[in-house]
Amino acid sequence: MAALTGVEVADLAASTIRDLNQALHAPQPAAAWRVLNPRGAHSVACGLKDEVTVDIEGHVGYYCAGMNQHATVTVHGNAGVGVAENMMSGTVRVRGDASQSAGATAHGGLLVIEGNAAARCGISMKGVDIVVGGNVGHMSAFMGQAGRLVVCGDAGDALGDSLYEARIYVKGTVKSLGADCVEKEMRDEHLVELAELLKAAEFDDDPGDFRRYGSARRLYHFKVDNSTAY
Amino acid sequence: MCGIVGLHLREPSLEPRLGELLTAMLGQVVERGPDSAGVAVYGDPRLSPPGRAVVSLLGVTPQEASTALPDAAVVAADATTVVHAESPVPELLATIATALPQATVIGSGEGFAVLKGTGNPVQLAESFGLAGVTGYQGVGHTRMATESAVTPEGAHPFSVGPGQCLVHNGSFANHATIRRELRAQGVQFDSENDSEVGARFVAHHLARGTDLEKALRLLCERFDGFYTLLVSTTDSFAVVRDAIACKPALVAETDAWVAMASEYRALDVLPGIEHARIFEPEPEEVYVWQR
Amino acid sequence: MDSDQDSDQGRDHGRDQGKDTVRDMGMDFASHGLRESATFDRATIHAIQRAAATGVYDIRGWGAKRPLPHFDDLLFLGASMSRYPLEGYRERCDTDVVLGARNAKYPLHLDIPVTIAGMSFGALSANAKEALGRGASAAGTSTTTGDGGMTPEERGQSKHLVYQYLPSRYGMNPDDLRKADAIEVVLGQGAKPGGGGMLLGQKITDRVAGMRTLPVGVDQRSACRHPDWTGPDDLTIKIGELREITDWEKPIYVKVGATRTYYDVKLAVHAGADVVVVDGMQGGTAATQDVFIEHVGIPTLAAIPQAVQALRELGVHREVQLIVSGGVRTGADVAKAIALGADAVAIGTAALIALGDNHPRRDAEYRELGSAAGYFDDFQDGRDPAGISTQDEELAARLDPVEGGRRLANYLRVLTMEAQTLARACGKAHLHHLEPEDLVALTIESAAMARVPLAGTDWIPGASGAAL
Repeated sequence: MAALTGVEVADLAASTIRDLNQALHAPQPAAAWRVLNPRGAHSVACGLKDEVTVDIEGHVGYYCAGMNQHATVTVHGNAGVGVAENMMSGTVRVRGDASQSAGATAHGGLLVIEGNAAARCGISMKGVDIVVGGNVGHMSAFMGQAGRLVVCGDAGDALGDSLYEARIYVKGTVKSLGADCVEKEMRDEHLVELAELLKAAEFDDDPGDFRRYGSARRLYHFKVDNSTAY
Repeated sequence: MCGIVGLHLREPSLEPRLGELLTAMLGQVVERGPDSAGVAVYGDPRLSPPGRAVVSLLGVTPQEASTALPDAAVVAADATTVVHAESPVPELLATIATALPQATVIGSGEGFAVLKGTGNPVQLAESFGLAGVTGYQGVGHTRMATESAVTPEGAHPFSVGPGQCLVHNGSFANHATIRRELRAQGVQFDSENDSEVGARFVAHHLARGTDLEKALRLLCERFDGFYTLLVSTTDSFAVVRDAIACKPALVAETDAWVAMASEYRALDVLPGIEHARIFEPEPEEVYVWQR
Repeated sequence: MDSDQDSDQGRDHGRDQGKDTVRDMGMDFASHGLRESATFDRATIHAIQRAAATGVYDIRGWGAKRPLPHFDDLLFLGASMSRYPLEGYRERCDTDVVLGARNAKYPLHLDIPVTIAGMSFGALSANAKEALGRGASAAGTSTTTGDGGMTPEERGQSKHLVYQYLPSRYGMNPDDLRKADAIEVVLGQGAKPGGGGMLLGQKITDRVAGMRTLPVGVDQRSACRHPDWTGPDDLTIKIGELREITDWEKPIYVKVGATRTYYDVKLAVHAGADVVVVDGMQGGTAATQDVFIEHVGIPTLAAIPQAVQALRELGVHREVQLIVSGGVRTGADVAKAIALGADAVAIGTAALIALGDNHPRRDAEYRELGSAAGYFDDFQDGRDPAGISTQDEELAARLDPVEGGRRLANYLRVLTMEAQTLARACGKAHLHHLEPEDLVALTIESAAMARVPLAGTDWIPGASGAAL
């Protein structure tokens, strides 16, 4: 199936998701893949564990690149719910928009969304880096434990609700902050960190235009005075 | 739980294709709802000839309907029997109530028909003859049934006002109380279904002169739960989600049409999707498109 | 003098003794005319005063402690003139069970229909998890990870390991997913249907914090819903993803706390579950609010027939397996759950007791903690003298995993043999051949909940009413 260029082509109009994922999970999969006609299919290129490159030509459904390890997956289109959910390492790039729960519970790697992300972007993030070129929806970084979320556009309601140690940078407006999420001072080390993230995402926004948000850490130990926050 | 699809055509030249497109959309949400399905179509001349009152029924055969309603024409569509007549809608409904007491009315109005059935939605679409349907607007629903008997009555859309439809993905949490409140105001219910409560609530407000947008905002205030709703009338097409917005919803819009679905792949079948504006509705915002 | 005594007695309102002897009455309150309120009993008084003192709800471990209709209210109809028992040993009564053959390439083949329920490393010590793995493997059954992820100790020792997939996703990763023998998607548990995990700061040690990606020593706040799906229609897609990631090799379980069990089981099957796990309100937890434990969820006995009815109506009883948990203690409980239609049971609290939890020899140490042997449920504090529900190294060292494993294996064997004894008495060649018709109930409530007749009658209360 490999073309002369050495790229495996999988046409989902002619073959199944199972065939594609099985081939990608094989002991030594081909290094480069093109996936045609995804047409909103779910679970495309999930559970990858090798340093392969997968380019998906079109829109994908839920859980594209779920639990990704080491692979570089690019969606030339929009992504449905949970793109790169629980990713461990590697890079996932969405050229269009991403639906809810993008990068949910992910532990590592880099997720870039060039368009907008919907609600709950980075929910429960556990170490992933997420860089969004557009806006993020409500409850983004909810219970974010670790990792960094960069938003070049605006953030919706309840940003960083119940936040642990994830760091959030937003260039535009924040509609409202969630429980225990506060604006924090932007120091040199944060500007450096943000510059690295923007560079990795291949965005040319200026770190100086961003504000930093993080946990006030008042909910770390249950105290009756905080009961209204619950 | 389930799958929702909806299509509101702006471009008249697409009207001959309404049924074909709805069929394709419905086929993409079958896995979310494999047991039963329903569709509502606006403007099909075979199901709802212009100028005639149309009532969609479950629980009667076409023969029974013909015999009981000699002045009406009868169209068979799987478990559904559609009758249309010259008399005004309220009169036709009254006749049906006396002559066909065993029937359940699942839709009434002018230029509007509702078809429901059980079984695999793809097969249902075929036995509805959906691919041949024409018109300007259609709404469809595939259902993952939980009741012991998978019944056509349980399928959405719930149409409890003239030309109105409500399709619901999700579940309400306090509908039993709202059902009691509406009953106390004289509203009657056909089922124990939570979605029917939503439909009756909207119909109740529309009947009292509230506009659709306000009725849906009132619903958001009153109902607890997670829900994506698609609500249509003869001249509007509306989408709203609850404040937490966990249930999926996608809207796609071109100059030629506005469409809504639970999953993108149901929109991917539409002509011009590659140039459509695709977005997810914001929580608790009512989006209405008027004809 | 006499008249003075008379008037003294009058002032004492007829009590036989004077006030001095009331102080000496010991525990014999009733004889002295004292009566405890059933509504505001001493436990309730203590709870109210504790709330007034602290301003915080009471958090504890274990499951519902109040009396509930349970397996003890059911009895087997053994052999009779018309039904013949099997001899022990030679006349077989088999106990094996296959879980998840519906879709998975590698279903689980267990020797006994008793599994170890999900309990986290974090809630339990590493030694406890290892002991559970050892014991389960020796008995030919499975253990289940919990809300903290998979430890090497448990994977190393457990021959069959079910990996829980929870709302928090603490420690979730594809390497462990691939190492698992089955995957259990958890919607909820019997102790707190609708509640998320809870682990207080004193148990969030370096190791636990590392596994869960949390700061050391914080009180863990956990989500109660999954982050990337809500509802059975989206669960269908999520189960599809888990199958895709693991190449369709492993059975997918769906676990629910018992509430609207009939609907939940149907929806779980529709969503693609290979096995459904139903946990009744007696099911334990390591930490949650007492009010949640005691007042949410239904008894295990009431949940089982709902689950079985749901499976039967879908035509998948015994094809999609049912595992029942929540207060399983004896081989009688095992046999009764199976007779009602379960394929297997899971034990949590009982397994910990087998390891040594609440042993009388530790009574003095429990008393130092403000509790007593047989009453101790302060798992949330992490100071368990038995070394089971603690992260303290010194305390945890008291539990020898090898010895613990041996004890658990013993207990599992006894459960199995007891169940076989009862099944043989009913003439059954396999535990799964037990049926509801082998049972009768002692009380109206248990008859109604279990849907078996009141003993000596053919009356099943509520059976003529609506299906649910």
